[in-house]
Amino acid sequence: MKPSTPPSVELSALRKSYGRETVVKDISLTIPQGEFFSLLGPSGSGKTTTLSLLAGFIRPDQGRIHINGTDATFAPPRERGLGMVFQNYAIFPHLDVFGNVAFPLTIRKLPKAEIAERVKKALEMVKLTGFESRFARQLSGGQQQRVALARAIVGHPSVVLMDEPLGALDKNLRYHMQVEIKEISRRLGMTVVYVTHDQEEALTMSDRIAIMDRGVIAQMGSPRAIYERPESSFVAKFLGEANLIEARRVNGVLQSATGSQFQTAEDIGDLNDGKLFVRPEKVTLLPSDAPPNVNQLPGEVRRVSFLGNIIRYEVSVVNDQTVLCDAANGSSSSTFSPGDKVLLSWQSADARFLGK
Amino acid sequence: MPLYRISQWALIAPALVLVIALFMMPIAWFVGASLAELGSIDAIWSEAKSVLGSRAILGAIWTTNVIALVVTISALIIGYPLSYALSRAKGLAFSLILICIVVPYFTSVVVRTYAWMVILGRNGIVNQVLLSTGLINEPLNLMYNRLGVVIGMTYVLLPYMVLTLFGAMKAVDSRLLQAAEGMGARPLTIFAKVFLPLTLHGVMAGSLIVFILAIGFFITPALMGGTGDIMMATLIEREIEVSQNWPVAALMTIALLAITLTLYALYGRFADRSGERFV
Repeated sequence: MKPSTPPSVELSALRKSYGRETVVKDISLTIPQGEFFSLLGPSGSGKTTTLSLLAGFIRPDQGRIHINGTDATFAPPRERGLGMVFQNYAIFPHLDVFGNVAFPLTIRKLPKAEIAERVKKALEMVKLTGFESRFARQLSGGQQQRVALARAIVGHPSVVLMDEPLGALDKNLRYHMQVEIKEISRRLGMTVVYVTHDQEEALTMSDRIAIMDRGVIAQMGSPRAIYERPESSFVAKFLGEANLIEARRVNGVLQSATGSQFQTAEDIGDLNDGKLFVRPEKVTLLPSDAPPNVNQLPGEVRRVSFLGNIIRYEVSVVNDQTVLCDAANGSSSSTFSPGDKVLLSWQSADARFLGK
Repeated sequence: MPLYRISQWALIAPALVLVIALFMMPIAWFVGASLAELGSIDAIWSEAKSVLGSRAILGAIWTTNVIALVVTISALIIGYPLSYALSRAKGLAFSLILICIVVPYFTSVVVRTYAWMVILGRNGIVNQVLLSTGLINEPLNLMYNRLGVVIGMTYVLLPYMVLTLFGAMKAVDSRLLQAAEGMGARPLTIFAKVFLPLTLHGVMAGSLIVFILAIGFFITPALMGGTGDIMMATLIEREIEVSQNWPVAALMTIALLAITLTLYALYGRFADRSGERFV
């Protein structure tokens, strides 16, 4: 990064406790200008607290917050110049759409003509032109969401915070809004800090994701890097489907309880007891009489689910563990039925040995 | 009739019987019997015109409304911040404020009015303190005048205002206030542009209920008022007890009831409404 453009957001060793419980434990992260950054985690992982600290609704016990290079650790929310989209939309029920979107501008006492112009542009951006005089109760969930979005961008903030903005929408609408939010953020060059517990949403929208677990960042990186190279079982399970097969290192060789031998492309330190990670779509099923090789595990097909574009096999292996295998529903793929004895197989590059 | 409708009526029935038997029938009987004394419809009509033409009675109606208005405004000015404090308070502070508001509410109006007389009288606490500090040379007339009536009534009616406002304030979604803060609003702006508009229906409802109760008030003005502060209820009582002019009392009762019911109809409009429907 060029020294002339400071990062949009910089959190340094941020800490927040409520009573004896520390909900945010020394979080540090840097978000460059224009990045779409997601905080992803289960509820109670500290992601919303982190966002509240950034917004200025609560004060950290330790650490610093820099926004666009300025120390904003203890600045009140109004001095941070952020746009915000709230989980429940927080549309003012006593104001119409125009009044809601104009709110950040009216409190700054901008000239009426300028307010009207900017509200018009913001409503165009979210495709709500013509809804100016409607009230929240006359809008659908998706339209309310758009009002909230228009209100967040109308003040041209360089950073917009979004707290589970699509949580209340149904699946189709949610996908639609994901695309639109992403598109708007790109067009305006905004930095977005996006909080969600929906891993699919984070994967589709983000440039970078921080996965949070019990107040710390478990892993941070691009969606693809996190998905393919998780550094812990928690991250592997949280993001997408993951097979985690019990394994241990015996005389330097990774193996299952029944002695099937595994290899991984990267060597993960001196871990001796852990889990072998491999994504279901990286696993292929072979007939049980296939030539034996490394990275194979015998099992029996328990269930076959047809998911449209993929066929999911649930295969029971040693110690009653279940391994999922997603096969593309292509013309060439051979099919198996419940009860078939099979060999599960994968590439070393797709497997990782993780701690429990 | 579906079962749930029958059970609805069954649930309402006791209250309905009580209201009809103990409230509506006595009033109807009182008004009917009183007016019957006059003999004919024409006689009632001319009596009604003379009642409405009487300076004393018109004066009482005017005084009643002025006092009720001043009491309502006073209760609102004192009650709004108090309700706000109550709606934000937690734990012990909440209990303490609530007790301070509600316990007097359960105490007899007569007892509370006499308590104020002890405080506001010529030799009362307020005058004693002011005299001893030398701020005044002779006791202030805080009682047996309109000031006394307003102070006493405001105090008695304050809980109605506070509890109504409290309901409205408690219903305000605090996330809306946080949203306004996040969008750059200062505390005063948040109050003026978000909190006040969202609690306005409570202000209307609380003001109407206090006004309705105030125009029919009897004990406090009777005990703390002066000769110039005759309110309608006091006048009705005098027509019956002193002048024994029941028809006039009946006509004034109808007038008072009419004002009350009109205001109550208005109250019904606001009481049910959440902030989002009151726009």
